[in-house]
Order: sequence, then C-alpha cells, then structure tokens
Amino acid sequence: MSTENNNTQPQQNLAFPGHIEELPGGGIVLSKLDDVINWARSNSLWPLTFATSCCGIEYMSVAGAKYDFSRFGFEVARASPRQADVIIIAGTIVNKMAPVLKRLYDQMGDPKYVIAMGACAISGGPFFYNTYSVVKGADHVIPVDVYVAGCPPRPEALMHALITLQQKIKSGLTREQIRASND
Amino acid sequence: MGLTNEHIKQRLTEKFGDQLINFEEPYGMLTFEAPRELNLKVLNFLYDDEELKFRFMTDLCAVHYPDNKGKELAVVYHLHNLVDNCRIRFKVFAPVEQPDVYTATGLFSAANWMERETYDFYGVNFVGHPNLKRILNVEEMDYFPLRKEFPLEDQSRVDKDDEMFGRG
Repeated sequence: MSTENNNTQPQQNLAFPGHIEELPGGGIVLSKLDDVINWARSNSLWPLTFATSCCGIEYMSVAGAKYDFSRFGFEVARASPRQADVIIIAGTIVNKMAPVLKRLYDQMGDPKYVIAMGACAISGGPFFYNTYSVVKGADHVIPVDVYVAGCPPRPEALMHALITLQQKIKSGLTREQIRASND
Repeated sequence: MGLTNEHIKQRLTEKFGDQLINFEEPYGMLTFEAPRELNLKVLNFLYDDEELKFRFMTDLCAVHYPDNKGKELAVVYHLHNLVDNCRIRFKVFAPVEQPDVYTATGLFSAANWMERETYDFYGVNFVGHPNLKRILNVEEMDYFPLRKEFPLEDQSRVDKDDEMFGRG
C-alpha cells in the first residue's frame, strides 16, 4: 500500500466539499448545494437485494461482517426497489430475466445508480455468452455506471467499485446526474 | 432389499409380455424401453402393483437422437420405490415430426413442471397436459433449443474471441 495514494486521492474525496471562511470568533463553511447533496447521497447508497448467480455470494460476503459495506454508507440492502438507490447486477442476466431487471430499475426512485458486477453482467460471461438464453451484457437492458471485472470479482473488487461509484457521484458524473443536468 | 431387478423384470414381463424391450442394467439400475402408447399403463402398473410400489417420480426428461429415424425423441422416466429404496428407468420414443406422448400429470403432480420443461427444450407434446407452455425460456421463443440441430454455441458471434477464453 503506497502512502502517496493514501494522501492524495481518497482524502480529496472523503473531505466535505467546500472550505471554511475564517472569521473573527469562528468561521463559515462555504459550499455549493449541489456538492453537498452529492456528498450526502454518495454516503448513503442503499443497494437493492438482487443477485442472479454466483456473484451474489461475493455480494453477500461484502454485505456481511467481514467486509461490511455499511462502513461506507451502503447501509442496508433493501428488498424493495422503491427504497433502493443502487442496483448491483450480480450475475447472469438471461432473456427471461431482462424484462424483470428493466422493471426493477424503472421502479427505483431517482437518483439511481447501476453497478455491473462480474463477467456475466458485463458481457454475458466467460461460459454462457454464446448461448440462446443469455443477454450479452446487462447494459443492453439498463445503463451501467460502474463495471467490476472478475468471475466472480473478489469482495475487495466490489468494494472498490462501490467506492468508485461514490467518487463518481461526488464529481457529478454518473449517467443519472448527467441526464438530470441536461434536462 | 426385498426388490430385485430380476423380480421387477419378471413382474413387468408377466403383465406386458414382449412389448417391453431392451432391458439393461447400467450401473445396476433397471432400464427398459416401452412403446409410447403404453407409457401411462406402465407407470400405472409400477405405481399400483403391491410389490413394485414405484410411487415417486424422480425425474422426467427427454433426449434427442437425430440419427434414430422415426424415434428421434426419447422421453425418460425415473421412478423411485421409497419403501424398498429401489430405482427404475424407462424410455419411450416418439418421432420428431409428431412427438405426442401422453402426460403423466394425472398420476404424478411432479410431472407437471417437468413435462413443461421437457416441452420447452425438446418440444415433446404431452397430450392432456393441463398447462403445456414454456417454463424456463421466454415465451416468445419459437424453437426448441436443446434439439441437436442447434449448435452448442451461437456460431455467428464475431466480437468474442475464443482464444481469450482458453479454447482457441
């Protein structure tokens, strides 16, 4: 682990957006509302309980005590898409599942984010991509913000993806945010 | 074990004579072939007979033999006698042009979904099935994907290089 990395990138992203205007007897925090909202949202991302194959096991591992993604604000996996902010596509999406995935995505309230976890969600998978039943990448169905390589990705990889998503939200660069700012 | 393969075979032969053929015992499991019109009669006999008592349907599936002219599709039944812990397997064959086989749903409720799956992948038409529609594949699918005329993999893909997957 390089100390250089620790000191530059993450600190920037972990810090509260804005700066303190020093005044006699105290100070005032100056910031942009958008930045504060993005900061708040990125630290409270509730994932949807959704897994279609073996990646789901790694996902559960990340949710469990050992890796514990609640430390980063992925507090609780919600069983209803209406309460979820992020959907982690953990597994193969088959043709029959595709409309279900689309519907779940549509049912999630804005703003919503998507992580494609593992080879199946990215491209149909290393084994199944060439069959009659598999969607060749979940981004054929819903837009994806972050892709995680692996089959399945290790828990650390998924955590890295989650933190990448947080950074993306803080910089206002997710598809959802870009679409909203264009409206 | 009270029930031996020889005894089962003898009981079946007493009942059905030479209509049941190709008796085999791969890995010790009694296997035979029946005419497809007799599938329910055989199932009923195996179920009702006070000695045989094959009252649990373990599996029902199909196999496609494209070179077996007139008998391209086999429907395979696996039954289990839970009292004597004895298993049995039998097959009926149907031509692929008209794959009609009587449904076993009247005898085994478990056959309902298994026959739907068999229909889904092989197109076996289970005559009398209460709800014969696709179960695993999308309903719009207009072919039966596990028949041998469909290659194992979609050969039209060019954007994926097999070498990257260790099988170039």
